[in-house]
Amino acid sequence: MIRVEGLSKVFHSRDGGSVVALHDVSLEVGRNEFVSLVGPSGCGKSTMLRLLAGLVGATRGGLEIDGTAVTEPRRDIGIVFQSPTLLPWADITDNVLFPLRLMRERASDARARAHALLELVGLKGFESRYPRELSGGMQQRAAICRALIHDPGILLMDEPFGALDALTREVMSMELLRIWTENPKTIVFVTHSITEAVLLSDRVIVMSPRPGRIAEVVDVPIERPRTLDMEGSREFQECTRRIRRRIFGADETDVSGPAAA
Amino acid sequence: MLIVLVAVWEASVHAFSLPVYLLPAPSLIWTESLAVADTLGGHTLATLRTVMYGFIASIVVSLPLAVLLTSSRYASATIYPLLVFTQSIPKVALAPILVVMLGATELPRVIVTFLVAFFPLVIAVAVGLLSVPADLVELGRSFKASKMQELMRIRLPYAVPFVFSGLKVAIALSVVGAVVGEFVNADQGLGYLIVSATAFFRTPVAFGALILLSVLGVVLFQLVVIVERIFFPWSAESEETVIV
Ligand SMILES: Nc1ncnc2c1ncn2[C@@H]1O[C@H](COP(=O)(O)OP(=O)(O)O)[C@@H](O)[C@H]1O
Ligand SMILES: [Mg+2]
Repeated sequence: MIRVEGLSKVFHSRDGGSVVALHDVSLEVGRNEFVSLVGPSGCGKSTMLRLLAGLVGATRGGLEIDGTAVTEPRRDIGIVFQSPTLLPWADITDNVLFPLRLMRERASDARARAHALLELVGLKGFESRYPRELSGGMQQRAAICRALIHDPGILLMDEPFGALDALTREVMSMELLRIWTENPKTIVFVTHSITEAVLLSDRVIVMSPRPGRIAEVVDVPIERPRTLDMEGSREFQECTRRIRRRIFGADETDVSGPAAA
Repeated sequence: MLIVLVAVWEASVHAFSLPVYLLPAPSLIWTESLAVADTLGGHTLATLRTVMYGFIASIVVSLPLAVLLTSSRYASATIYPLLVFTQSIPKVALAPILVVMLGATELPRVIVTFLVAFFPLVIAVAVGLLSVPADLVELGRSFKASKMQELMRIRLPYAVPFVFSGLKVAIALSVVGAVVGEFVNADQGLGYLIVSATAFFRTPVAFGALILLSVLGVVLFQLVVIVERIFFPWSAESEETVIV
């Protein structure tokens, strides 16, 4: 379980200025919960993930995972970024195995696990291809496998589908839900898309900028398994409307309607 | 294309009856060079040796230097001005001074070759080491990669296409550097041969040496290309799309 309490993060630039990336954020994420962070650029979503990953330290406040304070990177976390950042010199299998190499873990069944993961994301047959031979969506699937290879309890995803076209994006969303159902994990998912956040999450954390903070937490009461058809349901519309109103302000929602997504 | 050029050259030399010491006909260059093929071969080998020593020295120095240069702001602030300074020294002017200091041996020639070749290589490798996506470095850190692992498993492999574009420049410049060194001080080598042949108006031999130098440059350049294709095919392909 993730516990964030009164967390603040201030960045100091070299010329003496400072940016409050996060201000007094408190949050709890339960085991195997799927939580999304949405909000405009610069509201501290990536900073939040980097704090959770132990890549940067907090300025103030507490951050605990399973009862231990996060002070450095933990091995039970997997990260997926917006761009796949695969190693161009390694084939897909070696890319997936890369975290184990870095951690000097040579489990005998590692290759078999990598291949099983690749099969899970629909990359069977591409195990020994190189990243450049794969489409953007396929590369991102491989990057997801890389984040899962050490079987982490927590998956942090920073706009993982942000660079994909709209159709691939929908397919990947459903794939992610399927993977999560087969391999339950705590997922903290950053996105710019309100519909994507509602479709995937148990809860949507709406953030606002300057300073970055939590504006509202929206529970998504839609049953699982989710399907793309549910986007038309009344509950779904209700959730997206609430989030949109919080982000854009009450006036704009009246005129913008669905186009604001 | 080349054949047409040579034919025009040959024809005009005969048509205008140009004196041999001004512009020898290709056929004459060929026969005169063939007559001294043995000595030409020896000179070529001598130049090749200087080129290779200088080139290898520039690789051996450039890689660690680039790593150091990119390791910290402090290191780059200290080393970079020094590097630029070594580049602002005119190598042709430095060569005779080196001969006085080090004696008329092969060493000053190798040093000049090295000085001409290493700078673009250092810069290329440094740019490569810094071109790694920030996300990938963070990914490494999230798995507690050590600085050494980060260098060996992420930064250096990432820099390989850059290293090779630097090597291609460096090998071409090594040939230039070796000839500059030989102009100033040598008793062998193609650069020396050009100087001594022209002093005696043996222009055809000088032309022969010049052509051999160009061939040497092209062959060495292609060798670098082939090494990249064989050992780092992914790098060769990425470069085709990046640099063309
Ligand atoms: N390493 C850093 N140094 C200085 N400022 C930073 C750094 N990382 C993020 N920031 C600043 O913190 C704020 C939040 O950034 P970020 O977490 O990337 O936002 P988001 O991911 O929501 O777009 C921004 O104003 C950004 O400029
Ligand atoms: Mg971000």
